[in-house]
Amino acid sequence: MSHLILLPILLPMLTALLIMLPPIHYSPNRRRWLSMGSTLLLLALSVWLLSQTLQQGVTFYALGNWQPPFGIILVADTVSVLMVCLTSFLALGAICYGSAGEDEKGSFFHPLFQFQLMGINGAFLTGDLFNLFVFFEVLLIASYALLIHGGGKNKTKAAVHYVVLNLAGSAVFLFALAILYGTLGTLNIADMAAKVAVVPAEDLMLVKAGGLLLLIVFALKAAILPLQFWLPATYASASPPVAALFAVMTKIGVYALLRVYTTIFGEQAGPLAGMASTWLWPLGLATIILGAIGVLSSLDFRKLVANLVLVSVGSLVCLVAIGNTAANSAVLFYTLHSTLVTAALFLIADMVGLQRGKAADRLVSARRVAQPVLLGSLFMLAAVSVAGLPPFSGFIGKLMILQAVDTGPAQAGLWSVILISSLMVLIGLSRAGSTLFWRVSGQPSNEDKAQPLQIFAVCWLLSASVALVVFAGPMTSLTQQGAVQLADVPAAISIILKAPGVSP
Amino acid sequence: METLFASCIGFLTACGVFLMLRGRTFPVVVGLTMLSYAVNLFIFASGRLNLRGAVILGTAENYADPLPQALVLTAIVIGFAMTAFLVILAIRARADLGTDHVDGKLPTPKQAKREPRR
Repeated sequence: MSHLILLPILLPMLTALLIMLPPIHYSPNRRRWLSMGSTLLLLALSVWLLSQTLQQGVTFYALGNWQPPFGIILVADTVSVLMVCLTSFLALGAICYGSAGEDEKGSFFHPLFQFQLMGINGAFLTGDLFNLFVFFEVLLIASYALLIHGGGKNKTKAAVHYVVLNLAGSAVFLFALAILYGTLGTLNIADMAAKVAVVPAEDLMLVKAGGLLLLIVFALKAAILPLQFWLPATYASASPPVAALFAVMTKIGVYALLRVYTTIFGEQAGPLAGMASTWLWPLGLATIILGAIGVLSSLDFRKLVANLVLVSVGSLVCLVAIGNTAANSAVLFYTLHSTLVTAALFLIADMVGLQRGKAADRLVSARRVAQPVLLGSLFMLAAVSVAGLPPFSGFIGKLMILQAVDTGPAQAGLWSVILISSLMVLIGLSRAGSTLFWRVSGQPSNEDKAQPLQIFAVCWLLSASVALVVFAGPMTSLTQQGAVQLADVPAAISIILKAPGVSP
Repeated sequence: METLFASCIGFLTACGVFLMLRGRTFPVVVGLTMLSYAVNLFIFASGRLNLRGAVILGTAENYADPLPQALVLTAIVIGFAMTAFLVILAIRARADLGTDHVDGKLPTPKQAKREPRR
């Protein structure tokens, strides 16, 4: 059933439109239930699509039935569908948390959230670079509006920076696309991969310039070192369910890096092969270090979690720079783990902050939280997982990262940076946890207890961390299969361009 | 024609980047608009510049590439919507923060003293 590939994009769009119709729009409960129900359906659809993809390999959907490479295509391979599954799993948790009352602090929370899901799913599934730009803009305009959801000075200030930076990024993206179209004559990713190997020598530098401009754009989205300054303030000021969903936004940048620099400029690209690695490797390592320093120096808990996002992005970028199968497999596994756990930490930070009165989530001694055992255990589980200690998924993720390099100076660099940053994250988190839960005075107020739906949302996200350990065998073989499929560019090209050599 | 076109794009980009680096939101918005003009012209040029090119096969000897025109149209629509959003956001930031500086506050007086106003 080939139309299935289109559904993860269509379903959120139709849901968003439906929520804005009067019978549903005027009732908060109907909006919530429709939004949650539709996201649950989306999760079911994406898991179904994943099982189909595992059976059939790479499949594609040609919009308007244009023969590739002429029309726009959507491509479902293990990597893209796995990311769609991750998004819908995460979105369900975030929407449940938002439905506990956060969604009423501004208008149109649920429609915007669904539009953003549409953009994210589209960005993962598309097989066309210009279409990737369009879906980036769809998810960005929804995220601009979601970022100022709830209002307030901090949000407005962060939103101005975020919007201006991303508009400048879009301009650079379009310059890059125009250069690549002008030289390669196509924007279909598979077709570009086929064309880039035979690009004439006089166009080589232009293609390289276009490819490296794309690197700037995706580095901005993924928040890699010189372009990461927007991230901590933006993520720390967004309302909690939005921050939780934003945890996947940086991973879209990493996914785009993976897609462009393994498929288009991968091993088969001749003189242009691996041109991004020389940049990504040192920048990734520096991002990890900077994130770890940020974790140690954060004065409030949400900034600390935002810096944890930076640490995970840095690790993923290093793996993309290595680019072998083991590294790509580790990218997939670590993306699943880090996205869900940091999202859960954003939600926990909000619950803790609400119960500490005026001190909110600042790391100072304040009044006792109302539910110390519950919140403390959730925090403990998430912190142990994100720091990479044994029982939970962070440990396996870090292990896969370390195993991805096994020789030479690369190993020395990556191992020392990852291990030292893990230690710094551990120190930062234990300091934060002991301040939040133990340096307390006074009596808790019982008015702000976390609602069942909020606790369910956090447990839902953290259950993934446990599940990734319990089903570590099947999951690693799945990510391994995804990495093998991603590296097998000629197979993907031959599936998508049935008649090789067709030129527009 | 190529020289004129290229220098137009270069000039627009330079103006756009210069204005984007200003401290107030209005020049930044204008700068982004100019940058998006430059981008649109640049995409248009990616289909090669030629005069009197036909889009439909079999009607002329000289053909134009129709795809960049479609891409430009998409980019114009998206850029226009984004600029509109940014204008509204800038107005809201002016109301919320009490200043139109992009950082939400004017640089501290200490720095202002070092560079006295003429």
